[in-house]
Amino acid sequence: MTLHFRVLPRHDWRWLLWCAGLVLCLSTTHVSAQDDNKPLIWAADAEGGAPYIYKDPKDPNHNIGFEVDLAQALSRELGRPIVFKQYQFNSLVSGLLRGDFDLAMNGLEVTPDRRAKLLFSHPYYIFQQQLVVRADETRIKSFADCQKLSGITVGTLEDTAALRLLSHDQITTKIYDNQVEPYADLELGRIDAVLLDLPIAVSYAQPNDNLKFVGEPFAEGYYAIALRKDQRELVEKIDRALAKLIANGELQHIYEKWQIWNDEQDKLAHSSSLDVAAESQQLWTLSRYFPLLVDGAKTTVFISLLSMLLAIAIGLPIAMLRLYGPLPLRILATLYVEFFRGIPVLLLLYFLYYGLSGMAKAYGWGHWFDLQPFQAAILGFGLIYAAYESEIYRAGIGSIAPGQWEAAESLGMSKPLTFRRIILPQAMRIILPPMTNDFVALLKDTSVVSVIAVVELTKQYQMLSKSSMKYLEIGIATAALYLVMSVPLGYLSRYLEKRWNKQTLR
Amino acid sequence: MSQPATTEVPATTQPPMSIKLQGVTKRYGSNLILDNISLDVAPGETVALIGPSGGGKSTLLRCLNCLNTFEAGQIHVGPHILQPDSSGEVPGAVRQQVRRLLGMIFQDFQLFPHLTALQNVIEAPIQVLHRNPEEVRERGMKLLERVGLGARTHAYPHQLSGGQKQRVAIARALAMEPRGLLCDEITSALDPELKGEVLDVLEDLKREGMTLLMVTHEIGFARRAADRVVVLAGGKIVENGPPSQVIDAPQTERTKTFLSRVLG
Ligand SMILES: Nc1ncnc2c1ncn2[C@@H]1O[C@H](COP(=O)(O)OP(=O)(O)OP(=O)(O)O)[C@@H](O)[C@H]1O
Ligand SMILES: [Mg+2]
Repeated sequence: MTLHFRVLPRHDWRWLLWCAGLVLCLSTTHVSAQDDNKPLIWAADAEGGAPYIYKDPKDPNHNIGFEVDLAQALSRELGRPIVFKQYQFNSLVSGLLRGDFDLAMNGLEVTPDRRAKLLFSHPYYIFQQQLVVRADETRIKSFADCQKLSGITVGTLEDTAALRLLSHDQITTKIYDNQVEPYADLELGRIDAVLLDLPIAVSYAQPNDNLKFVGEPFAEGYYAIALRKDQRELVEKIDRALAKLIANGELQHIYEKWQIWNDEQDKLAHSSSLDVAAESQQLWTLSRYFPLLVDGAKTTVFISLLSMLLAIAIGLPIAMLRLYGPLPLRILATLYVEFFRGIPVLLLLYFLYYGLSGMAKAYGWGHWFDLQPFQAAILGFGLIYAAYESEIYRAGIGSIAPGQWEAAESLGMSKPLTFRRIILPQAMRIILPPMTNDFVALLKDTSVVSVIAVVELTKQYQMLSKSSMKYLEIGIATAALYLVMSVPLGYLSRYLEKRWNKQTLR
Repeated sequence: MSQPATTEVPATTQPPMSIKLQGVTKRYGSNLILDNISLDVAPGETVALIGPSGGGKSTLLRCLNCLNTFEAGQIHVGPHILQPDSSGEVPGAVRQQVRRLLGMIFQDFQLFPHLTALQNVIEAPIQVLHRNPEEVRERGMKLLERVGLGARTHAYPHQLSGGQKQRVAIARALAMEPRGLLCDEITSALDPELKGEVLDVLEDLKREGMTLLMVTHEIGFARRAADRVVVLAGGKIVENGPPSQVIDAPQTERTKTFLSRVLG
C-alpha cells in the first residue's frame, strides 16, 4: 500500500483527497435524506407462515400472503420501498429492539407487555380464536367442552392469545413452535384440539378434510405493526396510510382475497371501538417466573438422565462389539457409531417424532412408533449419545493392559468374569470423567427438544422472557440454574480424575 | 524390612506334582520359537530356566499356563494332558484344570490396581472356586502374613513397593492352592535390595515342596536354590543339569557365551 502511494505523482494526491471528500459528502446527504429515500426493512417469518407471509408453493423464491399485499399497499401509500427480511418469529421483538430492521409485521398481537416496550401502529386486523378438532370428534363441540372434559390436550403456539386463554382456563396444552405441527399432531391423535388465530386455522385446518372447525370464533385480539419507541414519526405516517387503505376498501379487498375477511373487521374503521389495551399488565416478579424455570430445569434433568441411561445401555454393548465382536458385528457397530455421530440431533428428533409416526400411519405399523415427545427426545439423545459413549468406553476398556486379562486368566477367571470384576472397574476410572463431561454437554444439548413440543429450561426461558420482555433478568436466572446443574458435575469429574489417576498408577 | 515368616499356612495341602513336556513345538508365523522341546520336572523339584533373550523362555511358561497355544507335542501336568486339538486350541476344561494346578507370577506383577492387597488375593478363590468368603479372607490374611505383608493387607498396589507388590502376587497365586508355580523373571523389575525379599519367599516355598519352574537371570540364586538348570536358546534346550554342572562347568559354547555375558 505505502509502496503504491509513493509512486503516485503529486497531483494524484489531490485527486484522491477530492474523491474522499465527495464520498463523505454523499454519505452525509444520504444520512439526512434517510427518512424519505431509504427502503423500510420489514421483518417477518416466511417459514410455514400462511396466510400471513409464506413461500409461494409454485415459486419458492417468492413470498406471498396477505401481509405481503398489505406491505405493497403501504409502500405505495408511504411512497417508500418496503424490503422484506426473513426473521425467526420468536425473535421478532428482540430483533426490533436491537435495531436489526425497521418494523415487524407478522401477525404480531398487541399485548400490554409488548406495548410497554414497543410502539404499535393502528391495528390492521382483528383476529379471533378458532377451535379445530378431528373430523370424527364427537366429544368436543365448543371451547367450553375442552374445560369440562377431562384428559383433553389442546395444541397451540407459544406466546399467543390462545395460550393465555388455555392456561387461564387451566386446560392442558402442548406448545409448538410452528403452525404446521399442531394440526399434524391433531390428525395423528396425539392431541385432541388446536386453538389458534383464525387466519392460521383457515390456512392449515380448513383445507384438511380430516379436521373441522367447532364453535364460533371468539376472543378478539389485534394484529398491528410493531416499531421501536423512537420511531413515533414513522408510526404516524403508517397510521395515516393504514387509515386510507381501510377507508378506500383496499384492505377489505386484500382480506377477501385471502378469505380472512369477516364482519369483525368493520371495527377497524372506528378507533373508539378498539379495546387495544384491555388486559392489565402482569407482574413478572422472580417469585412468579422462577418456579416455572425450576419446572423447566426438572424436565431438562429428567430427559438428560434417562437419555444418558439409554446411552450407557446401548453404548457399552456397542463398545464391546467393536472390541471383541466377530467381524460382521464389529462392522455393524462401527456403522452405528459413524451414523449417529454424523447426524444432527435436531434431524433425528424430527424424524423420530414426526417422520416415524407418519410412516407408521402410512404403512399401518400401529401405535408402537407413535412416540410421545418425551419418548422421542430420550430415544433421540440416547441413540446419539450412545455413539459418543461407546467411543469413550472403547478407549477406556482398550487402555487396560492385556497383562490384566492374562493375570486373571491364569487365576482361572473366565473372560466375562474378568471383564466384570477386573477390566470394567478399572476402565470406569478412565471412562467416568469424560462421561461426566458428556453428561454436562447433554444437559445443555437437550435445549433443542423444544422443536418437538417439550418445554424444558431453555424453552421456558424463551417463553417467559418473550412475554415479560425481561430478557436479561430471566436470562441470568436461567443461566444460574444451568450452572447449578453443571458446575458441581464438572468438579466431580475433575475430582474423580485426580483421585483415580493416582490409584491406577502401578 | 519384614522378613517372610517361615512357619504356619502351607501353600498347598496336596502333594506336589510333576510336569512333563514332550516334543512341544511353537511357531509365530514362520518363526520357530520352541523347537521340539522335551523336559521333565519332578514333583517338588525347582528348575531354573535361563538363556539368551528371545530364546523362548517366556513362551514356554505361557504354554504351560495356556496363555499361548502350541502346534505340536504334549504337556502333562499331573494327571492332565495339554494337547492342541484340530482347531489348534486346548479344550477349555483341561485348561481350567491345569491352571488350578499351576500358578503363574509375572515380571510386571499385574496386580489388580483397583483392589487392595487382600482383595487381590481373595478375588479368584471366591469368584472362581466359590469358596466361603470368610474362610478365604482368613486364609488370605495368613498368606499375606506368610509373605511378610500382614501389616499391609488393606494397602492398594500403588501404595506398595515393587518387592511388596511381587510378594502380593505370589500370595495371590498361592491362594488358589496350586501345586506348582511358574515364575517369569519375577525379580527383573526390582531394585537389587528388593530382589532378596522375593527370592526368600520362593526358597521358603521350595522347602515346603512346591514344584517351581522359574525363568531367571539371577545366576547366584539359581546356583543356590535350583535343583536343576535348563538353558534354552534359539528354541532348543542346549544344556540341562544340576547347577554345579551347567553353571560352573558348561558344556556348550552357547551356554558359555551366555553365562559370560550375564556374569559380566
Ligand atoms: N505374540 C508374538 N508374536 C510374534 N512373535 C512373538 C510373540 N511373542 C514372542 N514372540 C517371539 O518369540 C521369541 C521368543 O520370545 P520369548 O518372550 O519367549 O523370549 P524370552 O526367552 O522370554 O526372552 P526374554 O529373556 O527377553 O524375556 C522372540 O523372538 C519373540 O520375538
Ligand atoms: Mg521373557
